[in-house]
Amino acid sequence: MSNVGKIIMINGPVVKAENMEGFTMREMVLVGEKKLIGEIISINEGIATIQVYEETVGLKAGEAIYPTNKPLSVKLGPGIIGNIFDGIERPLMDIFDKGGDYIPEGIGLTSIDLHRKWKVKINVPVGQELKAGAIFGEVQESPVVRHKLMIPPDKWGKVIFAEKDGEYDLEHVLLILDDGVNKNEIKMYQEWPVRIPRPVTKRNPISKLLVTGQRVIDTFFPLAKGGTAAIPGGFGTGKTSAQHQLAKWSDADIIVYVGCGERGNEMTEVLEDFPKLKDPRNGQPLMNRTVLIANTSNMPVAAREASIYTGITIAEYYRDMGYNIALMADSTSRWAEALREISGRLEEMPAEEGYPAYLPSRIGQFYERAGDVKTLSGEEGSITIIGAVSPPGGDFSEPVTQNTKRVVGTFLALDRALAYSRHYPAINWINSYTGYVDDLRDWYRGNVSEHMLELREKMLGILGEEHKLMEIVKLVGEDILPDDQRLILEISKVLKTGYLQQNSFHELDANVSLKKQYNMLRVIDRLYEKALAAVKKGVPISLIREEKLFYDIISMKYNVPEDDEAAFDRYIEQIDIYFDPLVSQYDKGGIRYEDKVSEH
Amino acid sequence: MKIKYLNIKKIEGPLIILDGVKDASFDEMVEIEVEGQEVRKGKVVQIDRNRAIIQVFEGTTGMSLNNTRISFAGRPLEIPLSKDILGRVFNGIGEPLDGAPLFSGKKYDIHGRAMNPVARLYPRNFIQTGISAIDGLTTLIRGQKLPIFSGDGLPHNELAAQIVRQAQITEGEGENFAIVFAAMGIKHGEADFFRRSFQQSGVLKKVVMYQNLADDPIIERITTPRCALTAAEYLAFEEDMHVLVILTNITSYCEALREISASREEVPSRKGYPGYLYSDLATLYERAGMIKGKKGSITQIPILTMPNDDITHPVPDLTGYITEGQIILSRDLHQRGIYPPINVLPSLSRLMKDGIGEGFTREDHPDVSSQVFSAYSRVQEIRSLAQVIGEDELSDTDKKYLEFGNEFEKQFVRQNYDENRNLMDTLDIMWELLKILPKSELTRVKPEHIEKYMEA
Ligand SMILES: Nc1ncnc2c1ncn2[C@@H]1O[C@H](COP(=O)(O)OP(=O)(O)OP(=O)(O)O)[C@@H](O)[C@H]1O
Ligand SMILES: [Mg+2]
Repeated sequence: MSNVGKIIMINGPVVKAENMEGFTMREMVLVGEKKLIGEIISINEGIATIQVYEETVGLKAGEAIYPTNKPLSVKLGPGIIGNIFDGIERPLMDIFDKGGDYIPEGIGLTSIDLHRKWKVKINVPVGQELKAGAIFGEVQESPVVRHKLMIPPDKWGKVIFAEKDGEYDLEHVLLILDDGVNKNEIKMYQEWPVRIPRPVTKRNPISKLLVTGQRVIDTFFPLAKGGTAAIPGGFGTGKTSAQHQLAKWSDADIIVYVGCGERGNEMTEVLEDFPKLKDPRNGQPLMNRTVLIANTSNMPVAAREASIYTGITIAEYYRDMGYNIALMADSTSRWAEALREISGRLEEMPAEEGYPAYLPSRIGQFYERAGDVKTLSGEEGSITIIGAVSPPGGDFSEPVTQNTKRVVGTFLALDRALAYSRHYPAINWINSYTGYVDDLRDWYRGNVSEHMLELREKMLGILGEEHKLMEIVKLVGEDILPDDQRLILEISKVLKTGYLQQNSFHELDANVSLKKQYNMLRVIDRLYEKALAAVKKGVPISLIREEKLFYDIISMKYNVPEDDEAAFDRYIEQIDIYFDPLVSQYDKGGIRYEDKVSEH
Repeated sequence: MKIKYLNIKKIEGPLIILDGVKDASFDEMVEIEVEGQEVRKGKVVQIDRNRAIIQVFEGTTGMSLNNTRISFAGRPLEIPLSKDILGRVFNGIGEPLDGAPLFSGKKYDIHGRAMNPVARLYPRNFIQTGISAIDGLTTLIRGQKLPIFSGDGLPHNELAAQIVRQAQITEGEGENFAIVFAAMGIKHGEADFFRRSFQQSGVLKKVVMYQNLADDPIIERITTPRCALTAAEYLAFEEDMHVLVILTNITSYCEALREISASREEVPSRKGYPGYLYSDLATLYERAGMIKGKKGSITQIPILTMPNDDITHPVPDLTGYITEGQIILSRDLHQRGIYPPINVLPSLSRLMKDGIGEGFTREDHPDVSSQVFSAYSRVQEIRSLAQVIGEDELSDTDKKYLEFGNEFEKQFVRQNYDENRNLMDTLDIMWELLKILPKSELTRVKPEHIEKYMEA
């Protein structure tokens, strides 16, 4: 056989081989006797550089490189949901069942189970013309996911054979299409190269909120279906916890969770918890809508680079069925570092901080694969990408954070000081931002309230003012401020403790509907307005800050169940009952306390 | 018969470059004979056609282009293991240092493989260390990797020794525990301190030591923790033992890695450390944990010193990104005479959330610890305010916070080197201290818990 290369150099995950004229750029190859999986990343006069997705221990110069004649691809079909794969879609549960407590190398290109039988319903008759991407049947993949069977994006034609409904495995031919040139067999699965975005009919403008149940996000820094977000933060500030919360509670149809270069136990945690947690919308275990891609920090670094693409390709496949997908990538920094490591071993010219010059474009291309789209089959689907970023030393000025910030729509900046005081989620409300508010205006109006965004802006204003006041307080203390400014501090405390802080372990607080969020804001707003009126009448802050009332409002998040709307009116009543008589006393020129402001 | 190679091309730092090699495999072990007698070990770190680059463990001192013969072992570095390793001392490549041979039929590749996340068992069992700042606020969980971030001259060794002495690693009074100790670049005195302390607490027979001290060959510093962790995996997953691994000093380990990387002329990343430092450290730290269907566990306490007490230095920074939290020692507390000088605010135990509270420790534990964190972080703000405006100008509430802060450090954080507090006492002290604050400040604890634990 002539089309076999020969290894001439081995340096960690990077291998060079000669006699590679017959190979193509980005081709997936099998490396050495163990048939390790690799990908060609450059070819130069018959010498190819290959990144290897498995440990290269024991590999020798002179061993062969075998072609696969296709680019690095994943198999897409039933059996993905509820599963966990490594960075190149090898099934970790199967590997475990076969005795793999540890991941051995040379296990070959296994993927979804091609022999498993599924009950298939075929929806197209013989004679029908099918376009690329058309839906021709379905499989109930999990209790919540109806897996639509699609013609691959590069095939089309007239149906000349259609299988009867029944139970088949993935290799069974379900349709034969005649495109005038070829007769193509269509099976339950298709293959797609991970680095190429799957085509769509068109992209839609952003218009829907991705509801996450997290107050600081939904109210202040919303995510959009089809949008992008980054969660940067130093170690231990809560990126993974935030990603887990989003994976649990966001109202996507399917969650693709990519553990990219992070801890093994964090994947295990999802595997143990998600089957037990129920999706509030249908009572089904969350695992039934989740797929995990795991390349933990100690797994081969080249597969880390691929894991992000494997994840997004799977997301696109389900999007093409007309689903809303949320993809979490934790952490994109590890992916960027994998790029850097490979680039370093190739002795490429480094740009900023050793990263290759193509880092910004790779980051941009990845987030570009998010979007709200009309699929080839005419369905509406979306992918939201939420990437964690782990800046060295927690310093956001580094290249990965900066280049990510430039392309994402929502930026949820985690803050070390908040994390130290165990204010969770430690999302800093001054440094975070979202570009989606205008796109989502109608959504909030139609689904929450006309006043939701007004309240949002008002509360952000209060928090912003508090931030400025705290600069002064740090220098001179709080007592010197006039009472209307002290009120800003007090209301901000209520907002911080009673609203922004959210307890992911509390049954009522872990996941909060927008209705409840709006109602809580309404109560806090009433408190502010009544208190402000009182301040203007000269009521001293010590009387305004009524302990019991403030405590009740701060803890309303723990006390009001989702369906008890009337409770919020009771809080409002409680506020009125306290302030109205107080103010009228002052109106009548009743008891006057010394005004603290005039003392200073 | 193995082929012996003579044609060394170049010797540079810890590396030998050898030409005309036929059958070398990546990462394989080599034996190097110097002057026809002394045998050193090395491994293949790069292959380029028929040239092999070899890293020599004991160093290249005394080697010349013509006094050295090299033979390839055909396998990666392996060490023999059996239960007889308990109570013994080995060097950084797993050879006994106490003269006696080790009998074992089985050899283990020290590199290990990545644990399949499906095979892992999520750690949830609390280990009482008897140290309030840890048990109460940064709870250690069996199977966790929880490093100590320290600085030169801070008592991290004492703290680690106290943990080893007091930690209840096994359920009940079990005997099936072991301590694996990897010394990397530490001084003889420090190693002796640990040995004495193991002896005093009567666990010496349960300790396996792999040591590469400050004056040992730097290159073996890279294999030392790997030998130790291979031994730990053997004890935990083949002998069902609960293993506590102490790795010290990670900073020396990383410096050795940097030195070798520099001699290979690799592109450096931050502060000259190689770009793969994160992945490399992960291959150590991720070897902690538990496996489904196995009785044992590996709990890791790596120790590192932060150069210039700088937590953003790559060694602590990348460690923090991999480990499941960190215990941070503070020079300020140390100078104020507080032992253990644990700065609780930046300290963190990530596995704590699933291992405390009702059914694990006590129902009030999550909330009361959160309240203490919140209060103590407020203390820091007020302290800096007090420095500006003077303590007298503080509001009454702020003064209470100052008092809380001082008492917290004196009564809660501070304890004796031989004081073993049980968890209930630790929790009660927290409530006792919270009494100092006005009740309206206690927004993170439940009113019924205040009644039950504070006012009772
Ligand atoms: N929303 C939250 N609620 C409660 N605890 C939280 C929350 N967010 C973070 N924490 C606490 O902080 C710890 C660290 O959070 P997390 O693991 O998410 O950090 P991270 O930013 O992902 O860190 P790394 O970069 O090292 O992976 C958690 O283990 C938990 O104890
Ligand atoms: Mg994380």
